[in-house]
Amino acid sequence: MTETKKIEYVSYLDRQGEYKGIFSWIFTLDHKRIGLMYLYAIMVLFFVGAIMGLLMRVELIAPGETIMKAQTYNGLFTVHGIIMIFMVVIPGLSVIFGNFFLPILIGAKDVAFPKLNRLSFWIYITGCILAISTQFLKKGPPDTGWSFYAPYSTTTGTNVIMATFAAFVLGFSSILTGLNFIVTIHQMRAPGMKFFNMPLFSWAIYATAWTQLLATPIIGITLLMLIAERLFGIGFFNPALGGDPVLFQHLFWIYSHPAVYIMILPALGVISEIIPTFCQKKIYGYKAIAFSSIAIAGVGFLVWGHHMFTSGMSDQARWFFSLLTFLVAVPSAIKVFNWLATMYKGSIDLKPPFLYALAFIFLFTIGGTTGLLLGSVATNVQVHDTAFVVAHFHYIIFGGMGFAFFGAIHYWLPKMYGRMYNMKRATIAWGINFVGFNLLYFPQFILGFEGVPRRYYDYLPQFQTGQVISTIGGFILIAGLILMVINLVQGARHGEIAPANPWQGSTLEWQIPSPPSLENFDEAPVIKKNPYDYK
Amino acid sequence: MFSNASNFVHGSDMSTFIIGGFAVFILVSFTIIMILFVVKFNRKRNPKATQVKDNVMLEATWITLPTLLVIFMFYIGWEGFLPMRQDPKDAMHVKAIGRMWKWSFEYPGNKTSDTLVLPIDKSVRVDLLSKDVIHGFFVPAFRIKEDCVPGKNNYCWFIPGELGDFDLICSAYCGVSHSYMTAVIRIVPQDEFDKWLTAQKFKTAGKNLGYQVLDKNGCVACHSLDGSKSVGPTFLGLYGSNVEITTNGTDHKVIADNSYITTSILEPNKDIVKGFSPNIMQSYKGMITDKDIQTVVEYLKTLK
Repeated sequence: MTETKKIEYVSYLDRQGEYKGIFSWIFTLDHKRIGLMYLYAIMVLFFVGAIMGLLMRVELIAPGETIMKAQTYNGLFTVHGIIMIFMVVIPGLSVIFGNFFLPILIGAKDVAFPKLNRLSFWIYITGCILAISTQFLKKGPPDTGWSFYAPYSTTTGTNVIMATFAAFVLGFSSILTGLNFIVTIHQMRAPGMKFFNMPLFSWAIYATAWTQLLATPIIGITLLMLIAERLFGIGFFNPALGGDPVLFQHLFWIYSHPAVYIMILPALGVISEIIPTFCQKKIYGYKAIAFSSIAIAGVGFLVWGHHMFTSGMSDQARWFFSLLTFLVAVPSAIKVFNWLATMYKGSIDLKPPFLYALAFIFLFTIGGTTGLLLGSVATNVQVHDTAFVVAHFHYIIFGGMGFAFFGAIHYWLPKMYGRMYNMKRATIAWGINFVGFNLLYFPQFILGFEGVPRRYYDYLPQFQTGQVISTIGGFILIAGLILMVINLVQGARHGEIAPANPWQGSTLEWQIPSPPSLENFDEAPVIKKNPYDYK
Repeated sequence: MFSNASNFVHGSDMSTFIIGGFAVFILVSFTIIMILFVVKFNRKRNPKATQVKDNVMLEATWITLPTLLVIFMFYIGWEGFLPMRQDPKDAMHVKAIGRMWKWSFEYPGNKTSDTLVLPIDKSVRVDLLSKDVIHGFFVPAFRIKEDCVPGKNNYCWFIPGELGDFDLICSAYCGVSHSYMTAVIRIVPQDEFDKWLTAQKFKTAGKNLGYQVLDKNGCVACHSLDGSKSVGPTFLGLYGSNVEITTNGTDHKVIADNSYITTSILEPNKDIVKGFSPNIMQSYKGMITDKDIQTVVEYLKTLK
């Protein structure tokens, strides 16, 4: 498409601006640098959360006390959840790759509000510091689970206020980022970049951003109500004070279910980018995929009650939420059909990003179809609140969003740093991750179905086999993750210089140099056709 | 094919079987298609992709078919579930009361028990109550789960169909001893049940006032009355004893007197008894009156 003027080109990483050294990062307004800062922060937090998860797995390797007391365990699964959900997977793809690539994919120089973008990042960091501090403050880490269910959360003696306040602060970062992306997509598209000329990742980010903007205020209010209840005994949720605990659950899930789509929609977008590139083929059913993102975001707002089938909701509510939960599976299925159709008669190159996309489809299918068992009211009574749920949402969030994230970083790293990682090592790490992941989480489906509840510090000896396999899987997975990160870091720092378009991609980011210059396009691009224009 | 532990096993497991079967079918099909395509259309074998035009009919098919399928699966689940909400009028009513971290059961005629003994082949409606936070009434073998939500009157019902002992476990996270909040459901023949119920003690209404305060506030869940070590120190022999405590990091000994006990109720994390963890107990400031604290102290004096 556009040919850049090589003479004036200075990459965004080398460019000298107003500030030098570390300040050129702290004060940066460049969406790419902000994206990278999010990447580093999230990688650190991900490993903190993963180590917590591994400690829990070690505790569960044998019945009874293994390495920690029950209270420590309860604090660990709570903080693991808070870190992973609010700081890693909810922002995850959207703040890293959305920031870095959304403007490039639609032919823009930056997001609509660069200063707001910088503010969002620093609000995010503030929220993270507040949340991590709960581990070290005097009253000890919160022990409520990441869902903060009342009235337990309104009465426990631990640091619930600080933890909920941190989540409240993080919410602002999410709202502002969503707002920024919506305006960017509406206002900043290059000439000729109609909505239906946008790459599918932009569509996914668009659907996500609306969800962030509309749903996040609800959790903000809810957490403030919880804080008020703890500080002043207001009595919103605690029946001893005249409140209603189920009200908390409704308010919590009105946000936290759409939040699952905030996590997974960008992942679906990433896969829609990787598959056509490595098949060298126009994506099948472009419009169906684009609209299914909007449909998932829309219907996703109306299914929250399926988290509460056992809370004593009315029978009306139970069938309503069950039916909608089943229906929200359809747009996800449509995407998978279209991806498979894209592979048909393609020219498939089994490079690491594509391997992660295949793993994604496999794991996401398991996560999605086990979601049907949770959404069906007759089977929900057996698997709700058990290890089955833990397995299900790890398949969706980690197997889905996580593996899509790994796919995205392997796909876009040569563009972000201008260097390439070691392919062979990346493929080995992929294999270890895939095996480790399934060993870690699959046994938990079986344990859950047999009646092992989630958030259990201890269990009966007959469940030990499954627990041991799961823990072994945890160690394999963490080994694979470490190998993957070492390979990526080495690649980004010392890898071979990558060409501008190593995968022969057709979208806009591959038509500019690697790494991109400060303003991405030294000549404004003009778009005339569909982004997946393979010949 | 399905067990008869309760009348709901069949409906629930049938749904699991149909939806699970569908899940396996989908997963296997997707995986085979992926492997097939990766082998057949590999770049080595197929260096040039063939561009394929979108087919509206195909697209419409894979929108319509899954929609019909999921509605069918929803219906199967709903049909299996609906009987769980239709308790028969003649069912025996039993109350299951959850509290941190203990189940207790109340039978008609003011009888209580820590084990849920029930006659086989008789409908029973269990009214689910909680004294403190949310607990989950979960009987895996019966395919039954419904939460005990404080301030709400949830229920479940079933007809036990097999003799024997079954696990009742708490499925809703409720604090430090959540995983130990279990009870036994014992299904016995009718005559044995009648004999058992007659032998059960009546709900103790006339107990000591101080005990009632402890019971109402859930204190005895963590502080035993018989000297056994639990989440917190036992109450047996506490009053007047010498306790080793840590206050603001310094270890010292005090006599457990009136003021020590009052402080421990109102500021539980100030003086921590050796061997126990801080921050597990909440402050009862504003929840227990000074008068009630005095009755508790009087009661503790009697526990020698």
